[in-house]
Amino acid sequence: MSKLCTLKEAISNYVHDGDTVYCAGFTHLIPFAAGHEIIRQGRRNLTLARATPDLIYDQMVAAGCAKKLIFSYIGNPGVGSLRIVREQLESGQLEWEEYSHFGMIARLQAGASGLPFASMNQTAAPDLEKNNPNYRRVKDPYTGREVVTLPPLTPDVGIIHVQRADAKGNAHIWGIIGEQKEVAFASKNVIITAEEIVDEDVIRSDPNRTLIPELIVKAVCLVPHCSHPSYTQGYSDRDNAFYLNWDKISEDPAAVKAWLNEWVYNLTDAEEYWQKLGAETHQRLAVKPKFAAPVNYGDY
Amino acid sequence: MDQPTSPQYTASELMCVNAARLLRDGDVVFVGVGLPNLACNLARRTHAPNLQMIYEAGVIGARPSKLPLSIGDPTLVTGASSVCGMYDIFTLYLQRGNVDVGFLGGAQIDRFGNINATVIGDYHKPKVRLPGSGGSQEMGGWANRNYIITPHQKRRFPEKVDYITSAGFLGGRKQREATGVRGGGPLVVVTNLGLLEPDENGELMLTALHPGCTVEQVKDNTGWDIKIADTLKETLQLESSELTLLREELDPEGIYLKGS
Repeated sequence: MSKLCTLKEAISNYVHDGDTVYCAGFTHLIPFAAGHEIIRQGRRNLTLARATPDLIYDQMVAAGCAKKLIFSYIGNPGVGSLRIVREQLESGQLEWEEYSHFGMIARLQAGASGLPFASMNQTAAPDLEKNNPNYRRVKDPYTGREVVTLPPLTPDVGIIHVQRADAKGNAHIWGIIGEQKEVAFASKNVIITAEEIVDEDVIRSDPNRTLIPELIVKAVCLVPHCSHPSYTQGYSDRDNAFYLNWDKISEDPAAVKAWLNEWVYNLTDAEEYWQKLGAETHQRLAVKPKFAAPVNYGDY
Repeated sequence: MDQPTSPQYTASELMCVNAARLLRDGDVVFVGVGLPNLACNLARRTHAPNLQMIYEAGVIGARPSKLPLSIGDPTLVTGASSVCGMYDIFTLYLQRGNVDVGFLGGAQIDRFGNINATVIGDYHKPKVRLPGSGGSQEMGGWANRNYIITPHQKRRFPEKVDYITSAGFLGGRKQREATGVRGGGPLVVVTNLGLLEPDENGELMLTALHPGCTVEQVKDNTGWDIKIADTLKETLQLESSELTLLREELDPEGIYLKGS
């Protein structure tokens, strides 16, 4: 069954006020266009979960979508501070729950696997455990040693950008695969945004590359360039100039408001956003192809 | 930077070269962006051709052809020996004990090498909210050896950190050992003045000065009465070949090496 729909429809159907939303992607494949659509549709009181909130959540927090943040590193990657999130944490406007990267991914892994909790070795660093009551300890029944535990994370909605998917939601991803698989299996509803919608035969030609299977996917949206200003391996480079520029924009609430108006509210969709970026940016972010050696699956 | 540096190199170049020299050929290193990345690439191009670089984004055996601008830069992926998910990187590689070296940094480093990258002031009512752990809590616990790169300033070296993001020796080496954590903790702190190493109790002690730097500068820029090793060494002068590699090939635009 085809699950193809527009991103507008997918957000409208599956993202509701008060939901816990996980827009996946560790630096790579961050679904910015989905974040912008959530902003346009005026969602409120969301709990936004991401290991690295990145600019996508800085923008969603600035637009008033969030009541709470779940994270493990709040920075503008490679640039510095994530100003809006940071200011709202410092002023107490935003609730938060903090983990280490491993704590975050371990919670997702437990959620994705249907386990009652995640278990991990302790790290000797006391303060995260002390300040976040979700960190607990149990005795290992085999050795008697203490093991650190965390509850599973099961977002209401997981949004995952991929290089290519078929209409049913079988998705190929390559490059950095961060926490995409875990988010997909942990979430109650999964929205796939794809650079390309391909024939099922393309997916079946390389089944080892299918990170996300159709059986857990609710909606499939064709959204080329969805990840700008992050990147999509093989399709576009990271717009580092924008990451640097956001550092300046986000210093000034009026500039943030103007940016949101110009680049989110006043535009209809990701296609308009991409066209507005212009030919020079398109050219700057284009990448020269470099193909992998073909794999022989054998004609059995 | 508060202290004057030699006109021949910047403080960042000085720290980068000294960090590179600490790496051993064949080490498996958990790399961060910025100076650690440059130090690792410098080591790989000089004395440690078999260095294995692992990035927390899930890239193993990276061979970046240009300077990566973030921890998940696409140049890390193209030509790498393997790419895996974050759960695998933190379990199969780090927790399992397959990582020799982790590089750490932070806003504060204390007398026992504990690192704060999370908050200045009260955790629940932060005065300054910093990025937080990322991968560094586990790196501080589980890598066999940790190296720390940081400029030598009094505010960065308080006697006790406000919050422990990554464990050094806690209140002393025995305390860390009592937790049963697998990694050995910080081995060397590289600053722009010299090298600090833990003594038998895990307390950081000045063990080497860079050429032209003085004990007084170190004392003036450390937030506790720092011990000075009986036999204080001097680090070797930077080689022009090291500087050429850094400036002309590894960071030609001076993104991480310029300034300070």
